[in-house]
Amino acid sequence: MDGLETGGAMEVLQLEGISKNFGAIQALDDVSLVINAGEVLGLMGDNGAGKSTLVKIIAGNFKPSKGTMRIAGKEVSFHRPLDARSNGVEIVYQDLALCDNLSASVNVFLGRELTKGFGPFRIMDYAAMNAKASELFKELKSETRARDLVRVMSGGQRQAVAIARTRLSKPRIVLMDEPTAAISVRQVAEVLNLIRELKRQNLAVVLISHRMPDVFSVADRIAVLRRGRKVADKPVASTSPQEITGLITGAIEFA
Amino acid sequence: MTTSLDEAINHQTFSVRTWLLARPAFWVFLAAVFACIAMIMLTDTFATPQNLFNVTRNFAFVAIIALGMTVVIISGGIDLSVGSTLCISAMVLAIAMNAGYGLFLGAGAALLASLLVGAINGYLIAYVRIPPFVATLGMLSVARSAAMVLSNNRMIYQFGPDEKNLFALGGGSSFGIANPVIILVLMAIATGLALKWTRWGTRVFAIGSNERAAVLTGVPVRRLKVTVYMFSSFTAGVAGVLEAGWLGGVTTNLGQSMELSVIAATVIGGANLMGGSGTIFGAVVGAALIEIIRNSLTLLGISSFWQGAFVGCFIILAVAFDRVRANREIQE
Repeated sequence: MDGLETGGAMEVLQLEGISKNFGAIQALDDVSLVINAGEVLGLMGDNGAGKSTLVKIIAGNFKPSKGTMRIAGKEVSFHRPLDARSNGVEIVYQDLALCDNLSASVNVFLGRELTKGFGPFRIMDYAAMNAKASELFKELKSETRARDLVRVMSGGQRQAVAIARTRLSKPRIVLMDEPTAAISVRQVAEVLNLIRELKRQNLAVVLISHRMPDVFSVADRIAVLRRGRKVADKPVASTSPQEITGLITGAIEFA
Repeated sequence: MTTSLDEAINHQTFSVRTWLLARPAFWVFLAAVFACIAMIMLTDTFATPQNLFNVTRNFAFVAIIALGMTVVIISGGIDLSVGSTLCISAMVLAIAMNAGYGLFLGAGAALLASLLVGAINGYLIAYVRIPPFVATLGMLSVARSAAMVLSNNRMIYQFGPDEKNLFALGGGSSFGIANPVIILVLMAIATGLALKWTRWGTRVFAIGSNERAAVLTGVPVRRLKVTVYMFSSFTAGVAGVLEAGWLGGVTTNLGQSMELSVIAATVIGGANLMGGSGTIFGAVVGAALIEIIRNSLTLLGISSFWQGAFVGCFIILAVAFDRVRANREIQE
């Protein structure tokens, strides 16, 4: 669907031998990873294992010290987050980066507001933004009203607003940083459905999470980082929460 | 200024009644109306055309600057330099007209000078990352000092060949309404529309609520902040030109501690000093309420020393009201 190149490889994102060091600290050590279209990859690891460094490299916040990154088979090098966005990488931040005092639709379009008018005399086209945002929420099968203020929304609806924002630019890859960390159990189900919806639309989703049940219920594959190295990368069907926990803590060396 | 204007500006989806009750500005408006009704019943001097003319003209200067202050406060900042900016604007105008230039050139130079002050404020805040409180506190001192240097600390009361026009602009009236009030209404409508209907306005609300979100979504936050402080200084500059025309003379203590009245008006009108909320209607009503209190005390023969106590109580009451409302909202 959207953003998928015709006849392109299934591999949307390919990382090869990515290393990153901050001075003497080796945050990532020779990490290789492949993510396919229509696949949800659970990225797990303890605090300080290198998850967020890896995500920041994919998102263009950091440049890797070593290694190459390919998007749809083409080698890329990001200097700033905008480069990542123009290559089809969108991020849903942990705190969602929403403005409470604005409506859902204005939040979706923030920074890319639709306007109407002549020449320099342009006014906000609220009707068009509301219509488009409603459409996006419907696509995500979320009951979120475009005109409601974000302040009065549930955690799940907020998540939908943040995800709808990424859909404006027809991305290939959506990185989600701890989307289920700070919301109620009921809303977690809503967010997991949003992720399944993205997958159904053939996007690649990288889900960074601490919550084992969430990752197991929605991911196709799980990669585990420990002390900057990738220690496991296997389909969900052939592993178990016990094994992953062991890998995260180091009780199991490698799988 | 009527409620219907504010309704148009803050076009919302819920019912008018719940919407009004949730507005701090509405309560302040009610307070102002009650104060007026009480004064009409208690005195025969309040509702005279002359007194109403004076009241509206007197609050216009503070209210014009409160428009700019509201935008700054919505963006999550503060501008303490507006009183000094007003002084610099009036002084530049006075010096230019005293030297024989016309009103048009004089006012143009005055507004340019105030825009420059705003640009410096904005640059320091957005690019050098000095907190707004500190940057504009410094500018408060620098701008007033600059006005003293420019004028050699003398009073200017001769405005050259175009003097009559200046006095008519600031002190005269059209259709029975003081000219500063007409300018206030026009600027209030323009600002209200800009906040609601332009990208600029939406983004001002966005950076006041969550600056990081605005940065991450690609809003040019730094440039936006510079425009916000320039707008604030511009309103102070306009007020400076008008006040020079009204007073008929400019001294270097013009606008001294005016920033406090302006911030008081803005806060009474419901702007949140934490950023992200505030209305133009509220700012104007807040300024009006302060002037009504002042005028009422005078007419009732109460010592003007009490004025500060009343205004101060209203500031605290206004914020307390907002707190109670916010707490209730959280509980629901």
